[in-house]
Amino acid sequence: MRDVISAAVGKTVRQVARLRGGGSALPGLVVEKIDPGFLGRVLGRLPYGVVAVSGTNGKTTTTKMVVEMLEARGLRVFTNKTGSNFSRGVVAAAIQECSLSGRIDADVAVIELDEAHAMYFINRVPPRFTLLLNVLRDQLDRFGEIDTTARYLQRIADATTGGLVVNREDRLVARIGEITRERAGGPQVRDFGLAPDLLATFPSDDDFHADAAAAPSPEPADAVPADVTLTKLGDHKATFVIDGEDHHTSLKLEGLYNTFNAAAALSTVRMILAAGPQAGQSIANQPTADSAAIVEALSQVRPAFGRGEQLVLDDQPLELVLVKNPAGFRLGLASFEAAGVATMIAINDQYADGRDMSWLWDVDFSTLATDGVNLISGTRAWDMALRLEHDDVAVGHVEEDLGAALTAFRERTMGQPRRIYCTYTAMLELRRALALVTDVEDIW
Amino acid sequence: MTHSQETTRELVILSLYPRDMNIYGDRGNVLALSRRARAQGFTPVVVDLNPGDALPEHIDIVIGGGGQDSGQARVAADLAGRREQFHQLAEAGAPMLLVCGLYQLFGHRFITSTDETLEGIGVLDVETRGGSERMIGNIVLESADFGEVIGYENHSGNTTLGEGSTPFGRVLQGAGNNPTSGAEGARSHNVIGTYLHGSLLPKNPAVSDFLIAQAAKARYGSFEPVAGIDETTERARASAKRRPR
Repeated sequence: MRDVISAAVGKTVRQVARLRGGGSALPGLVVEKIDPGFLGRVLGRLPYGVVAVSGTNGKTTTTKMVVEMLEARGLRVFTNKTGSNFSRGVVAAAIQECSLSGRIDADVAVIELDEAHAMYFINRVPPRFTLLLNVLRDQLDRFGEIDTTARYLQRIADATTGGLVVNREDRLVARIGEITRERAGGPQVRDFGLAPDLLATFPSDDDFHADAAAAPSPEPADAVPADVTLTKLGDHKATFVIDGEDHHTSLKLEGLYNTFNAAAALSTVRMILAAGPQAGQSIANQPTADSAAIVEALSQVRPAFGRGEQLVLDDQPLELVLVKNPAGFRLGLASFEAAGVATMIAINDQYADGRDMSWLWDVDFSTLATDGVNLISGTRAWDMALRLEHDDVAVGHVEEDLGAALTAFRERTMGQPRRIYCTYTAMLELRRALALVTDVEDIW
Repeated sequence: MTHSQETTRELVILSLYPRDMNIYGDRGNVLALSRRARAQGFTPVVVDLNPGDALPEHIDIVIGGGGQDSGQARVAADLAGRREQFHQLAEAGAPMLLVCGLYQLFGHRFITSTDETLEGIGVLDVETRGGSERMIGNIVLESADFGEVIGYENHSGNTTLGEGSTPFGRVLQGAGNNPTSGAEGARSHNVIGTYLHGSLLPKNPAVSDFLIAQAAKARYGSFEPVAGIDETTERARASAKRRPR
């Protein structure tokens, strides 16, 4: 009965909020107040339980990969698609999708959890499976130091009941895996990782803080064998080793980091499918953890919005690359060839971007020096211009206003392929402006 | 002075613990100082000092940043063995810029919020206590020697100054050393400690010029500035100043 009341109240609030043009999290807020156990009950009774995806970088795209691979294998998946990865957003999404009896028509929930807000969620819903991606510098002004973030992720791991997937190549995340392995009665732990010759392609923050001449931290001789290892990278191609077998695949995803996160998603999906439904539950046509079929499903996953998203503008490709921290920007620069493409950079410092611009000084922009940057925009355009000046990168034009900048960028670069590196809120604004002049996919 | 001498006037910049104490864009300060030194007619030579490394024979400017708690402990242990060397350098007038974590460790001590004490080397007469409140945001200072200083602070340490240090600046917008004093940073001799991290020097060439001038006077007897402030720097300062906290 309680579920029915909460579902009804939530749905009513949602309708009222929509009529008033309000935020998506309000119904969540109201139901949380009247029924704090709602989310736990509704998601807890799904046959495959709850899968949490956390870490500082790549959550949205990785969650999308896990969801789409599970769906391709025949599972019905509930997820927090709007990217509202705070707990109330999840409650709101649950209210939207549940029936009036408070049931969600799904086999499994895959939830993107913002590391700092995860505590609120896991106190209500212990995840059955958890994937921990990385601890990179990101929005430190909101979340404090890296060590603090690692402690949050540790607590998500501690709350996990069935299985944990960790990044073997991220020192802090790998450590969480070790601690969990040593804990009696803890969840099963699997690692995803990189072949040794790819380690240098994905520098950790530790390597990053060292000077360029210093070698990356040496691979320990007794490295944990990974469940899924990324062994080869190509242009929209990758090779993953699973159970000693090479799986070559094409990818629609963009960027090196997404390819590495694909190894994380593969390992997670393998673990979920191998475990099957929770005790006492069953589903019709239970899928098997067939690696070839999962890799095939991966090859069909398209980027989440703004994450290497490809649009067409004036009959030329336009690529949007989201950048929000030094490691991400550096990988973005390494992932995309600068030559022959007109470049724009849009840096905002709204709350959702993080107000602190110091991180721009931790990115090496010298790869842009050959062709220069056509246009810089955003609230902190001049900080970006100053940064590029220090790496001797020529800048064509600085225009703080994003709308005016996009118009100018179009006029100045007609007939050329284009790429825009942008922070989160700059990307949202650019997508809105672009939607007026070309096809832009609805936010995933 | 002949032209050839002028183009080869070097300044040795000692970059402290770039491996452990290089968060929040501290690398930008080293980059900006080198670039500014070049613009002022010097040849910068950056020497990294990581734990266990020998100090170079000659040092003109010392610069260092902040780091994680774990790195800070490792650095405190290494610094302890160099206490006398840094005191002698400071007393001889060597210019130094210490940001965040190294600002704390160049003070007497840093007492964490869990009551653990990290001993500093006491070059600056300051003491820091870990606080529960994080002081984060765009910050603007006023100082007699550097004019308006614009940057970003991010720390939970509360620093108090003893009589041997004077503030780096007076806070116009932001928190500074602690929530109550209205002061930011500390100076004694030609040593500056501050919580303004990352892009302090790129946005505040006056501070770079101070460091370069002190070093140049000590080594070459004089400093004649030849570089002004360019438009990009002025615009970056202006936009940072009007952004919310």
